[in-house]
Amino acid sequence: MITCLGDLFFPEVGEAMVAVLRRLGVAVDFPPGQTCCGMPLFNSGYHDDAARVAARTVRLFEGAEHVVVPSGSCAWMVKTEYASLLKGDPALRAAAEALAARTWELSQFLVTVLGVSRVESDFAGRVTYHDSCHLLRGLGESRAPRALLGAVSGVDLVELPEADQCCGFGGSFSVRLPEVSSAILDKKLAAVEGTGADCLVACDGGCLMQMRGGLERRGSRVRALHLAQILAGSTAERTRVE
Amino acid sequence: MSDPILATPFPRRAGAALKDAYLQEALTIATTKFIDLRKEAFAGLPEGDALRDRARGIKEATLQRLDHYLEQLADNVQRLGGHVHWAATGEEAREVILRLCRDRGVKMAVKSKSMATEEIELNAALERAGVTPIETDLGEYIIQLAHERPSHIIAPAIHKTKGQVADLFSRELKGRFAADPEVLTAVARRELRQKFLQADMGITGANFAVADTGTIVLVTNEGNGRMVTSLPRIHVAVMGMEKVIPSMTDLMVFLAILARSATGQKLSSYTTLVRGPRRPGELEGPEELHLILMDGGRVQQIAGPLREALYCLRCGACLNVCPVYRQIGGHAYGYTYPGPIGILLTAMLEGDRAVKDLAHASSLCGACKDVCPVRIDIPRMLVDLREHLDRGRIAPRSERLVFRLARRLMESPTLFRACVRAGRWLQRPFVRAGRLRRLPFFFGKWTATRELPAVAARTFSERWKDLA
Repeated sequence: MITCLGDLFFPEVGEAMVAVLRRLGVAVDFPPGQTCCGMPLFNSGYHDDAARVAARTVRLFEGAEHVVVPSGSCAWMVKTEYASLLKGDPALRAAAEALAARTWELSQFLVTVLGVSRVESDFAGRVTYHDSCHLLRGLGESRAPRALLGAVSGVDLVELPEADQCCGFGGSFSVRLPEVSSAILDKKLAAVEGTGADCLVACDGGCLMQMRGGLERRGSRVRALHLAQILAGSTAERTRVE
Repeated sequence: MSDPILATPFPRRAGAALKDAYLQEALTIATTKFIDLRKEAFAGLPEGDALRDRARGIKEATLQRLDHYLEQLADNVQRLGGHVHWAATGEEAREVILRLCRDRGVKMAVKSKSMATEEIELNAALERAGVTPIETDLGEYIIQLAHERPSHIIAPAIHKTKGQVADLFSRELKGRFAADPEVLTAVARRELRQKFLQADMGITGANFAVADTGTIVLVTNEGNGRMVTSLPRIHVAVMGMEKVIPSMTDLMVFLAILARSATGQKLSSYTTLVRGPRRPGELEGPEELHLILMDGGRVQQIAGPLREALYCLRCGACLNVCPVYRQIGGHAYGYTYPGPIGILLTAMLEGDRAVKDLAHASSLCGACKDVCPVRIDIPRMLVDLREHLDRGRIAPRSERLVFRLARRLMESPTLFRACVRAGRWLQRPFVRAGRLRRLPFFFGKWTATRELPAVAARTFSERWKDLA
C-alpha cells in the first residue's frame, strides 16, 4: 500500500520498499486505484467521509496475503480505526478486521513477519532515528526500525534526544496552526543537528515531509530519509521534477 | 469561565505566546523537569501500570453510581457536623459562598489552591462583595499579585521566570528582592502568616472526597492547605461532583499515582484529611465546615461523549508532555483549564463554541494518553469532539467543503490522478530543485517556514508499470 504522500511526493520511498521486499523474496503487487487511507478526514472529524474511503480501501486489498505500508500513521489508521468506522456494515467490518490483521508498517513487517534481523545494504554515515507518534504510541513500535538501521553496515546509529517527541506535523494541524507546528519542528531539528548525524531517518511520510521541509529551509546538511531508502541502499538525490 | 484575552482569535494568541521569550524559557525548563521527574517516579513503581488501571476502574464504577456516592458523602459530612450545598451551576456555587460571607460578616478569606474556584471566578466575585481573597499557594499568590490567571493546573505561575517573580515582589511588596526562589518563598511566607491569622474564612477545593467516611482530601506541597482548613473559623470546600470516591482504600490507589504523575513525588508533602468541623474538646479546626458539590455541566456528561474527562485527577501530566502546551503555555488557551485535557474540560464546562478552534490545538501525537494516570484517551476524544463540531456545523463552512471535496478525490482514482496532473502543471512556476519554496494562498501556511516537496514527475502509481 502506497498512500497519498508517498505516491505524490516520495515515490522513491515506495521503489526502495519494493526493492527491499523483493530482495527478501517477497512477491510484491500494487493494486491499482490506491489514493489515501482517509486519515486526514478521520483526524478532522469527518468520520462518515473517512468511512467511505476506508470501505474502498478494504475492498482494494481483499486479495492480499499481507499489506505493507511505508508509513506508520497509515498503517495505524487501517489497523485501529477502519473496523470501527465500518461498524454499520457487518460484512465490511469483518473485512476491515481481517485487513487490520494483515496490515503492517514496513519495519514491523520485516522484523515480525519475515523474522529479518538484518537487511544487506550499506550506507556510510551517522544516522539518527525519529519515532513517529503513530508508529511509536499507536502501534507500540520503537525497536524494529532501530534494529534494522543498526544492522546496516556503515551505519553509525546515534540516539536522538527526545526522539519520542512529536515533529509538529499532525496532518492538518501543520497548516491550521503553522506557527506552533513550526516551533515544535524547530525544537526537533535542533535536537537532530545536535547529534551530529548526517542523516535523519523516519518511517512516516508525514513526519518526513515536515522534517525534510524544515531541514531544507534552514539549509541544513542533514538529510531526511525513509528507513526503506537506507535498507535499499538507494539514497541518491530525490528525483528531479521537470 | 473565559478571559478578556478571548477577544483575540486562538491562532493569534498562540502566535503571541511563541514570541514571548520569557514564557518560552520558563515553559521549557519547567515542563522538561516535570517530564523527567514523572518518568523517574514511575520507574521506581513496578505496580504503577496496575495501579493506573485500577484507578481508572474506580472512576468508571463511581460514575456509574454517582448519585449514590454523593448522597453517602453528603450524609456523612452532615453527620460529622458539616453543611452540604448542592450547586447546579458555578453561579449557584458562588452565591452560596457570598451568602455565607454576608451572613457571617466575613471580611477576608484565605484560599488554598483550587481550580474549581478558578472555574467560577470566585476571587473577582468576592472582591465585588467587599471580601478580600488571599491566595496562599505560592504560585497562586504570585499570579494574584500579578493580576493574572493560572497557566497550568498544578503550577499556576509556570509561565513566569524567577527573575520576573523577583521584579513582581519588589514592585508589589515594596522591597528589593533577589531572584532566588528561597528568598522569594520567605517573603511570601512572611506576608501570608498574618493573613492566616486574620482571615475569617478558609476556602479550598478538594482533590478527593471519600463517600463512606465523609473525608475531604487536599493534596498540597506547602502546608498552606492545612492552615487554611484549621485557622479561620469557617472552612468552605468547593468540589466538582466527579471528585467523590467510594472509600479510603480507593484513596490509597489514587494517592499512589497522583503526585507521581504531577510532580514526580511519591506523595505530596502534605495530604490533608478533613473530617467535619472542630468537635467539642478539640483545640483546632473551624467552627463551621461547608462542602459545596458543584455540577456546572459535569453530570450530563456521565452519559455523554466527554465522560472520560470526568476521570481527570487534575495532575497536569498531559500538559507537560503536550508539544502544543509546551510551546504556547496555558494562557493562550483562554479558559480555566489549559492543555489537552483542558480542551475537553472547556467543551464540557463552556460548550461547543468555546472549542471551535481549540479542538484543533493538538497534533494528536498521543503523548497525553500515555502519561494520563487514569488513561483518558484524549486524542480519540479530541477527534470525536471535532466530529461533533463538524456535525453541528460549528466548524467553518469552507472547511467542511474542502474536506468533502477531499473525500471525493480519495474515492475516485480518476479524479485523484487528474488532480495530480493539474498540481504538476500549476506548481511549475514555483518549483526549484524539486521543491516549492514560496506558494500563494493557503499553501503559504506551509511554505512560510518549510519547503514543500513538488509533486513528483512520476508518482509511484505511474512508476509501478515499470516496476511490475
